[in-house]
Amino acid sequence: MSEHAVTSPEITFGHPPAEGTGRIWKIFWLLSFITVIELVLGFGLAKHWYGDPETSHAAILFVKGVICILSLAKAFYIVSVFMHLGDEIRNLIMTIVVPLCLFIWFIAAFLWDGNSWKNLRNRYHGTPAKTEQVSPGTHDKGVKE
Amino acid sequence: MSTAAVQQQTKWWSGGRSPFNASYGKVMMWYFLMSDAFTFGAFLISYGTIRFSQNFWADPNHVFNAFPGFGHQDLPLAFVSLMTFILIASSVTMVLAVHEGHKMNRKGVEKYMILTIIGGFAFLACQAWEWTHLLTGEHVAMLSDGSLAVVPTTVKMNPWGAAVPHDDIAAAIKNTSQQQLAAIASTLHHSGGEAHNMTAMPAVELANIIQSSPDLHVTHTGPIAFGGYFFGITGFHGFHVFSGVVINVIMWIKTRLGHFDQRGHYEMIEKAGLYWHFVDLVWVFVFLCFYLI
Repeated sequence: MSEHAVTSPEITFGHPPAEGTGRIWKIFWLLSFITVIELVLGFGLAKHWYGDPETSHAAILFVKGVICILSLAKAFYIVSVFMHLGDEIRNLIMTIVVPLCLFIWFIAAFLWDGNSWKNLRNRYHGTPAKTEQVSPGTHDKGVKE
Repeated sequence: MSTAAVQQQTKWWSGGRSPFNASYGKVMMWYFLMSDAFTFGAFLISYGTIRFSQNFWADPNHVFNAFPGFGHQDLPLAFVSLMTFILIASSVTMVLAVHEGHKMNRKGVEKYMILTIIGGFAFLACQAWEWTHLLTGEHVAMLSDGSLAVVPTTVKMNPWGAAVPHDDIAAAIKNTSQQQLAAIASTLHHSGGEAHNMTAMPAVELANIIQSSPDLHVTHTGPIAFGGYFFGITGFHGFHVFSGVVINVIMWIKTRLGHFDQRGHYEMIEKAGLYWHFVDLVWVFVFLCFYLI
């Protein structure tokens, strides 16, 4: 344990050195795999679901939600394994993670605000602008929801 | 894990020891990264707020669909996936450098630091190409005054609005100066020789060339905030990558000079590694917010 005797006697362990690099490579493949899934979903959005009148708005939101959750999983593995936060003691983990909970409110409140801003502008500032998506090949399908 | 047992019995807050069981420098690096996470978070949330407040937003699959050497083929997500994998790979080499540091293996640290630095430069090169591609792009857009113009994507101009219906294009051409018509016609032809003649052509003839071109796609201008957010946030991230590369180069030099062997530990590599992984972490969310959804 004292193999990594760092700076002072007040610290009882650095990271006990891991035996091999197996865990690192496992996480690398996991991150790559998650990224590939994200790309497949993103590609599906790009090529098939956007601009297709048969795809409901809710379905697109669902796919985007799945992509967001996969990104959070990637973030978890990067922080926990690559940055070794998972190997630190609970005190340190909590001092980093608890303040970040502010993001839950931060994201919800501000996106809500943006949405409300749009609704108010549409209500009091005349007709909503056209919302057709542009992507190659969907130009001629005209206005969609 | 023996550390779990230690944790149970130790009174961390009763003095005489670090309550986080980590060095000052490392704890402060974590706090710096946490504050930086809030900075990036605020930027991205601000972007999200503006995006939610608009009825229309640029479709990322349309904006970022180019790949060097593939001309005008429509390849959404391709280039940015390359950038993502470069960053993941350089993150792995960084964590391997930290691992070698734990084993006090100087040669190993040097090797993996070099690989990490190369990954960082490769990412920056990709970003430079992408910015150049957007800033020098030529898109035919209908401006707010009803005329057509050839415009790039900048912080003041977003050509990625809704498509202009074919019937409205003819009216827009009438509002457009001969000079702009010549510029539009030459972007549609993409050949230098002809473009030269076009500046001298009368407006009516240019209008015919433009309207008969199968490549003509005219869009409205989109929300102006798009360029500012894209260049601002990817620029801020790119600046982090750049400073990360500088830090990694310094760490590599210090490793080569044997500073960490003299000190008896490679904790500086760990701290630089924390910063580098954070850069990768931020990219996960930039990638998510600007390219995927």
